[in-house]
Amino acid sequence: MADVMPQLFWRNVKMKTMKKTDICTIENSKIIVNEQTIFETKTENFSDFAKEAYKNFELNYPKFHKMDNLSKLAFMASEMILKNDDHSNTALVFANKSSSLDTDFKYQESINSQENYFPSPAVFVYTLPNICVGEISIKHKMQTENAFFVLDKFDEEFLNSYAAQILQSGKAEKVLCGWVELYQESYKAFVYLLTT
Amino acid sequence: MNKEIYITDYNCVTPLGFDVESNWTALLEGKSGVALHKIINDHDAFFVSKIDSKKLEIEFKRLFDSAQNDNFTTLEKMFLLSLKPLVERHQISNDTAFILSTTKGNISLLKNESILPEGVYLSKLAQKLADFFGFKTKPIVVSNACVSGVMAISVAKNMIQTGQYKDAFVVAGDEISEFVISGFNSFQAIGSEPCKPYDKTRNGINLGEATAAAYITSELNQNEKFRFKVLGDSAINDANHISGPSRTGDGLFASVQNAMKEAKVSSEQIDFISAHGTATLYNDEMEAIAFNRMDLQNVPLNSMKGFYGHCLGASGLLESIISMESALKNTLIQSKNFKEMGVSQDLNIIKENQSAEIRYILKTASGFGGCNAAIILEKC
Repeated sequence: MADVMPQLFWRNVKMKTMKKTDICTIENSKIIVNEQTIFETKTENFSDFAKEAYKNFELNYPKFHKMDNLSKLAFMASEMILKNDDHSNTALVFANKSSSLDTDFKYQESINSQENYFPSPAVFVYTLPNICVGEISIKHKMQTENAFFVLDKFDEEFLNSYAAQILQSGKAEKVLCGWVELYQESYKAFVYLLTT
Repeated sequence: MNKEIYITDYNCVTPLGFDVESNWTALLEGKSGVALHKIINDHDAFFVSKIDSKKLEIEFKRLFDSAQNDNFTTLEKMFLLSLKPLVERHQISNDTAFILSTTKGNISLLKNESILPEGVYLSKLAQKLADFFGFKTKPIVVSNACVSGVMAISVAKNMIQTGQYKDAFVVAGDEISEFVISGFNSFQAIGSEPCKPYDKTRNGINLGEATAAAYITSELNQNEKFRFKVLGDSAINDANHISGPSRTGDGLFASVQNAMKEAKVSSEQIDFISAHGTATLYNDEMEAIAFNRMDLQNVPLNSMKGFYGHCLGASGLLESIISMESALKNTLIQSKNFKEMGVSQDLNIIKENQSAEIRYILKTASGFGGCNAAIILEKC
């Protein structure tokens, strides 16, 4: 099992040097921060849930309404953690499984038929998964290291090791890590802040 | 002290050729892949850099036996062709990473579908390629818009430096699709003629398609034909706008600054910049501002978009490979279609091919979502 060694070693390094300070989970129309449910609705539809959460937390950020659902999901989870603190040195490392396929699908529908051919730039811009990271960066003026990965399933080990490497290189003081998966009505966000 | 990371092999599949040698010859002759192609029904043709599908098919059949030929999309064939020679020359071990850079993968499969075909998942695409060549670790897909190809090199470097992997095969690719063409067209970002990065009359991008592959390792065996050290990297967001570059070039400036700091290389030491240069008004202007802020305005610079168009997730890796080839051949390649300065600040844009000693290369890219990326490579 020689191939396992480097990973074990890495796990040890991480445990010594990094800590998770805040965690936000969003799924099933529920927002949980540090194990406490802070918002819940009976609404099953993601768009309505996002709208209600926006009102509840008085996010007061009109750009939110222009975002696609993946960006809304990533944005909401990040807001719960970043709040109004200074994050000028916090990197962003995000990942998911479905990339931007939720919006890709909608965009494709707008160009499928020649009779109803209406490609929209406002939709097209969200056909990239890293746009959600851009939205978070804009809100918090984070001119920091950004990375977006697509993986077949949630892999916290991967996110942590990529974050650890950013912290060790001195390119950031904190890293906001996130698994932000969304396709149609199936979604889950797991976003957390790592510091040294 | 971090481990030293080297690029020791690479390959590419583009409209100008199916290996680096044929690409290099075409570039020296000033050939471009950009031409008019009909992409969307009921719409005029677009200038794009597109691979001849018949030639691709012939090359694929020549190199892969028919038993293995079933069920690969055009893009997958391009990926397989670009990876094949590298996999033959370097061993895949339990500690070998497989990193794929793409923006849209097999997005063409989505047309007229009511449920998602499996092949449109980027992780499925990566796994299919990984299984074909027998990679043992889980594939990593980097999808950061137009900076993905540059970032894929950074990710390989960083993951090897953490000790998780000993080496990595990095592959990057995107194809011309109606999906992407119609989208950029809706943004009015597509040029009405072959693109002219940094030129006064530039009016937009040409899209392109290509795949590129590189072998990156921490362990040298002295048999390498060449070595480029990956000295530094950074990818900083503008935090300004999701679909337009920062007017001040903040993110690119910071990316270049961080990469140079990590590389311990100063602006005077950079011999050549392989820039992004998409030929949109705002991108090229933003780059000029960022490079001037770094005092890099006198360093010879080119954009390869006049030759290859903008190949999205492939661009950064393809252009890095051509830069390294430039360094090996001691030849700076012209920034094709550039005639008259069209950005507000000085840049030393390469007007014709010329010989030069190239040791330190700066490669940059910028893209949607406000992302930017920079790497520093050293010829060893």
